[in-house]
Amino acid sequence: MSQSLLNELTSREYKFGFKTDIESEIAPKGLSEGIVRYISKMKNEPEFILEFRLKAFRHWLTMTEPTWANVNYPKIDYQNIHYYAAPKAKKKLDSLDDVDPEILRTFEKLGIPLMEQKKLANVAVDAIFDSVSVATTYKKKLLDAGVVFCPLSEAIEKYPELVKTYLGSVVPFTDNYFAALNSAVFTEGSFVYIPKNTISPMELSTYFRINTEDSGQFERTLIVCEENSYVSYLEGCTAPKFDTNQLHAAVVELVTLDNAEIKYSTVQNWYAGDAKTGKGGIYNFVTKRGKCLGKKSKISWTQIETGSAITWKYPSCVLIGEESVGEFYSVALTNHFQQADTGTKMIHIGKNTKSTIISKGISAGKSHNTYRGLVQMNKSAINANNFTQCDSMLIGNLCSANTFPTIDVRNGTGTVGHEATTVKISEDQMFYAAQRGIAPEEAMSMIISGFCKDVFKELPTEFAVEATQLLGLKLEGSVG
Amino acid sequence: MKLEIKNLHAAIDETPILSGVNLTISSGEVHAIMGPNGSGKSTLSKVIAGHPAYTVTEGEVLLNGENILELAPEERALKGLFLAFQYPTEIPGVHNANFLRLAYNAKLKYHGKPELDPLEFDELIQEKLALVEMDSDFLERSVNHGFSGGEKKRNEILQMLVLNPGFALLDETDSGLDIDALRIVANAVNTFKSPDNAILMITHYQRLLNHIIPDFVHVMANGKIIQSGDKDLALQLEEKGYEWLLESVG
Repeated sequence: MSQSLLNELTSREYKFGFKTDIESEIAPKGLSEGIVRYISKMKNEPEFILEFRLKAFRHWLTMTEPTWANVNYPKIDYQNIHYYAAPKAKKKLDSLDDVDPEILRTFEKLGIPLMEQKKLANVAVDAIFDSVSVATTYKKKLLDAGVVFCPLSEAIEKYPELVKTYLGSVVPFTDNYFAALNSAVFTEGSFVYIPKNTISPMELSTYFRINTEDSGQFERTLIVCEENSYVSYLEGCTAPKFDTNQLHAAVVELVTLDNAEIKYSTVQNWYAGDAKTGKGGIYNFVTKRGKCLGKKSKISWTQIETGSAITWKYPSCVLIGEESVGEFYSVALTNHFQQADTGTKMIHIGKNTKSTIISKGISAGKSHNTYRGLVQMNKSAINANNFTQCDSMLIGNLCSANTFPTIDVRNGTGTVGHEATTVKISEDQMFYAAQRGIAPEEAMSMIISGFCKDVFKELPTEFAVEATQLLGLKLEGSVG
Repeated sequence: MKLEIKNLHAAIDETPILSGVNLTISSGEVHAIMGPNGSGKSTLSKVIAGHPAYTVTEGEVLLNGENILELAPEERALKGLFLAFQYPTEIPGVHNANFLRLAYNAKLKYHGKPELDPLEFDELIQEKLALVEMDSDFLERSVNHGFSGGEKKRNEILQMLVLNPGFALLDETDSGLDIDALRIVANAVNTFKSPDNAILMITHYQRLLNHIIPDFVHVMANGKIIQSGDKDLALQLEEKGYEWLLESVG
């Protein structure tokens, strides 16, 4: 492909980089016990949540930011961030009619129509704008089936016992620096509760949008799936283009009881920073973990990571129940100046537990892409089994890919398999396709889809096509 | 269909490989180019197809009167130029049938015709598969990935049959084939051959020319065609080797 076409295509704009002008309630910059109390007050929270926040905050003060990840960024000034930003609402949001039309238009532009007549079929959406949820669709239909799908703040109010039982049960605030920070200042997120013997009648999805400059988003998602239940959940995210970096430190906790299954998919398309200078973009420092508590329960993570300036993320499974299953399917794509350090942890505790890891890293431009994984077989994990496949694809000569797998086996009955490959999209592959009449963009998209096939097939069908296109868009022109 | 190569010079990394190739090929004709290793045969085929590693320093290649050297490789392909690669490239994870359908539909689209869906395409391809004596499971595999040398070559011919180009360049399609595979490939090429298309074969061996009879045989050395003749020239080469010719032309 000629150099000019390459330049033309790589300079393509990030489609979701617009900002919505709207009057917001914003907390002053900075973090203190006062701010933590302010957030709790803004959200009208009960005492036990405030307690949780304050404990986390005090613990956070004793911690230091981790530096082991294979990423570089200037020191974050935690006093220079707004920890709460919410569009001003005249009254409590009871129906879509109360939502500012500007916000509805924003989500529509993002491809997430919320209005009754336009909303997506078969997918219920919780739309989160900065620190608050602005709308949740199909709430009633889901409730009729027994499924609770609502903003976490609403769950705290309506289902305090469930929240008390499970919040922090998978990711305690002591877990790591960013989890502690999140526990202190979390503002919104989704809550999903699937009672016994229930298959969720539709896909659930949360869409996160950061809008306010210099604000952080600290959402917290909690999904509980009781005995013999199933839910498939998808999260999507975008942000406007700002020259300054924004911090996104989320916590996601999943719990499955006997025979239950949660399928959690992410299509992450945060703003990645300026393509030429690397300025701006989201720091995506996220803790995601699932606990397979029940026998034969299953948690499956699928992630398509395409955005963010920096990604630090290791969706993990703790396999406690006998014969429980953990899966991790990941495509992490970095281009230009992006850095990603991502992977998973599979902690085997129960007998006959099984885990599968399929990771596909694609690096282009001057980006750095790292897979970091831990497979741990504890003493009690008799006959546990893991298979890991870790593939990297390099596009161009200025990027890098690294793999840091750790395998820790503490009993002699398990099986652990690890395979890894590194490939390049070669000039010869591109020429071969071109000689058959296939245009470069199409050829690259085809080659990448082929590389990512094992992960894409795990995505809900509605999103598989979108993910393929997204990757194509992100990489257009990267093959010279 | 008419391909005219005029005074073609080309280099790779500033090393000249072709130094003034002249050749005209018209519909209904089968040409063969032979020559010792390093004479520039494979380079000629890649330059015609537009491989980005080569730089044309002088000359023209006209396809139906249009100079194609300015065109991107995919545009040349869409205009009816097909290269059966000497070393077909592997594309892991990409379904062989999907790849072919994408290529076939690109061509339909270029000609303003409606594209085929997977079912319609399957009908078309089954018939061609039989011609290269391959099973359907061949289509389910990744493009050339893990194929044996012979399978790769047969896959090239399958693609040629499906895309039905006006001008086919076969670069050492016979190398790496056993006798049975050679017969299959040769039969498929003979089926393909028609008054509406032209074929240029590049080969080291006379044996291919026993199966696919050329109208013209050319000998390349040092980046040029040094001798042209009919099929008897190939027989002479088989008997006497290239030395004889290289000496006689000085």
